[in-house]
Amino acid sequence: MDFGLTDDQRDIQRTARELLGSRATPDRVRTHAESGQVDEVLWKELAELGWPGIAVAEEHGGQGLGAVELAILCEELGRTIAPVPFLPTVLAAALIEHAGSDEQRARWLPGLASGEHSGAAGDTPELVHGAAGADVIVLVSGGEARLVEGGEAEPVASIDSTRPAARVPEGAGEPLPGDVEAAVDRALVAVAAELVGVCDRALEMTVAYVKDRKQFGTPVGAYQAVSHRCAQMLLDTESARACVSFAAWAADADRERLGEAAAMAKAAASDAGRDVTAAAIQLHGGIGFTWEADVHWLYKRAQLDAVLLGGASAHRARLARIAGARAAAA
Amino acid sequence: MDLTFSETETAFRDELRGWLAENPPPPEPSEGGEDASYAWRRDWQRTLYDAGWAAPGWPVEYGGRGASLTESAIYFEEIGRARVPLPANVLGLLLGGPTLMVWGTDEQKDRFLAPILSAEEIWCQGFSEPDAGSDLAALKTRAVKDGDGWVVTGQKVWTSGAQHSKWCMLVARTDGEAAKHKGLTYFLMDMEQEAVQVRPLRQITGEAEFNELFIEEARIPDEHVVGGVGNGWKVALTTLMNERAGLGFALQVRLRQLLDDLFAAAAQRGLLEDPLVADRLADLHIRTEAIRLLAWKGLTDTERYGQPGPEGSLVKWQWSDTNQKLTQLAADIVGPEALTAGTHWSYELLRARGNSIEGGTTEVLKNIVAERVLGLPRLKAVA
Repeated sequence: MDFGLTDDQRDIQRTARELLGSRATPDRVRTHAESGQVDEVLWKELAELGWPGIAVAEEHGGQGLGAVELAILCEELGRTIAPVPFLPTVLAAALIEHAGSDEQRARWLPGLASGEHSGAAGDTPELVHGAAGADVIVLVSGGEARLVEGGEAEPVASIDSTRPAARVPEGAGEPLPGDVEAAVDRALVAVAAELVGVCDRALEMTVAYVKDRKQFGTPVGAYQAVSHRCAQMLLDTESARACVSFAAWAADADRERLGEAAAMAKAAASDAGRDVTAAAIQLHGGIGFTWEADVHWLYKRAQLDAVLLGGASAHRARLARIAGARAAAA
Repeated sequence: MDLTFSETETAFRDELRGWLAENPPPPEPSEGGEDASYAWRRDWQRTLYDAGWAAPGWPVEYGGRGASLTESAIYFEEIGRARVPLPANVLGLLLGGPTLMVWGTDEQKDRFLAPILSAEEIWCQGFSEPDAGSDLAALKTRAVKDGDGWVVTGQKVWTSGAQHSKWCMLVARTDGEAAKHKGLTYFLMDMEQEAVQVRPLRQITGEAEFNELFIEEARIPDEHVVGGVGNGWKVALTTLMNERAGLGFALQVRLRQLLDDLFAAAAQRGLLEDPLVADRLADLHIRTEAIRLLAWKGLTDTERYGQPGPEGSLVKWQWSDTNQKLTQLAADIVGPEALTAGTHWSYELLRARGNSIEGGTTEVLKNIVAERVLGLPRLKAVA
């Protein structure tokens, strides 16, 4: 049993951390968020590196790596709130690859894998995260999914302007004929991984701030009301991370457990994302409520991701059914 | 990342699982009270011992199997899964033995290890005192040099199993002038002497798992000092580090079983259809599985990279929190039965309150996480 990454996976993680550390700086993120624009330069660079197709099969133009590698990139991009349509694109690709027809796969996957096309996916047509400017959108609803061409979407401003959203007409497009539930499970792991990255960054920024900020002659991080809340942020983040690791591993190696693992990961990460980023604002004090402090981008991203493809309650309801059926069978 | 067991580990698990299935302990005696229950657990350890299963993690030279950390964790998972009790001498096996293996002299290892394994001599832990709980180094029990030995006077508390024990891992102050952590020495104290009085401490469940020790000029020979005079703090840390390592896995499985029982109880009453109950159960399910994953992650990181991650303190904290939430939800699901004295769920409800205090309070664990994992500054003590 080993929770560690392979050398190759560690390389991916390190490369991503370094690249995004210099490209997706807080200033650059804020500039793009304020104009509501995608960072086209960075997106092009990521596409050239083959990131959007990391988990897409080679026959469809991707790199053919697994859910673990995809989760690594999602987490790193989540850490920086990079204003690129990475997560929306890989969600659309996962849904099309695992639930689409041969024709849909051939039509869309090569473009999504190369980054030439961007995609989006969501389950609330009135607000699809990242769908503004997407070439293809997958709308999930009650175990079914429809593929909608981007031209039909109409931009809507969400609270998360690092990822422009759109409204998609209900009932539009063509159905995905395959196993939508299993495909959604893969997508859930990616969203949950991004949320873990968001949490990790929120904790890192908060710890740095409370060590530095002094009141009553002492760093505020020495007060247990503050330090214990930081400890709670770590517990929430690490619990969610463990669930995401398990789910990503299951997606690659143990598909029978993927459904349960994905629901656990999404429920844990959705709650952690909301709680940890809220705590980050609180522990930054007055500064945390200001536009310049940049904590709010994490909070806003977490809010959108937390409900994407089902919130924590929906996934807990599913888990109760799975675990309840198991208890009844025992 | 590979969340499966290796062939060797699977073989280890299957062998143990097969053995446990074929050699279950007899049912716990319903009469004879605590003494009879204890004798039953001691017999169970002898059965394990005869088959070589009392402490598989111990090195072969001391009578163990030289099992890896992963296999030791599998051992506790299987003990929990089979719903058989832990060996009676759990403190000797998990804490005392491993501490002697690190700090003991050859004579001490020869003298003490074998009877721990066979349950011939039971061990207890004399660390906490009325005024030294979380702040262990504040302890006041004093050992004074006298000829070729020591005379010890003081009071210890929360000593589980003291009434059955032959030896006590005792930390006492041997130098009143030295700094707080420096004047301590680790002893093995013979419990079978008049100078040591054991008084049961009745807890909120009504039973007495723990005791107070009143020590009035007890004698300890020089050869029962462990790790050298004045080195007690370091030796005690070895004991404390072992405290959470293995046991956590048995606790984690126990939590899973209680949760399975609660799911079954909810199903029986048609309450899985109640969305509020289902939501709380699923929340516990996630917490329980996350604890299992974090426990394994901490262990395998230690095994592979020699460095434990932040998981250890998180697991204990989250375990106690989850067990308390679970037993509280049980009171809502099973109803009056959970509040009727003497029932399974009423016992669990009350016993769970101790979880966030014993073996490190949740508040202290949060301090440890904040200071050692997150690197936050420590609050200066009020003078």
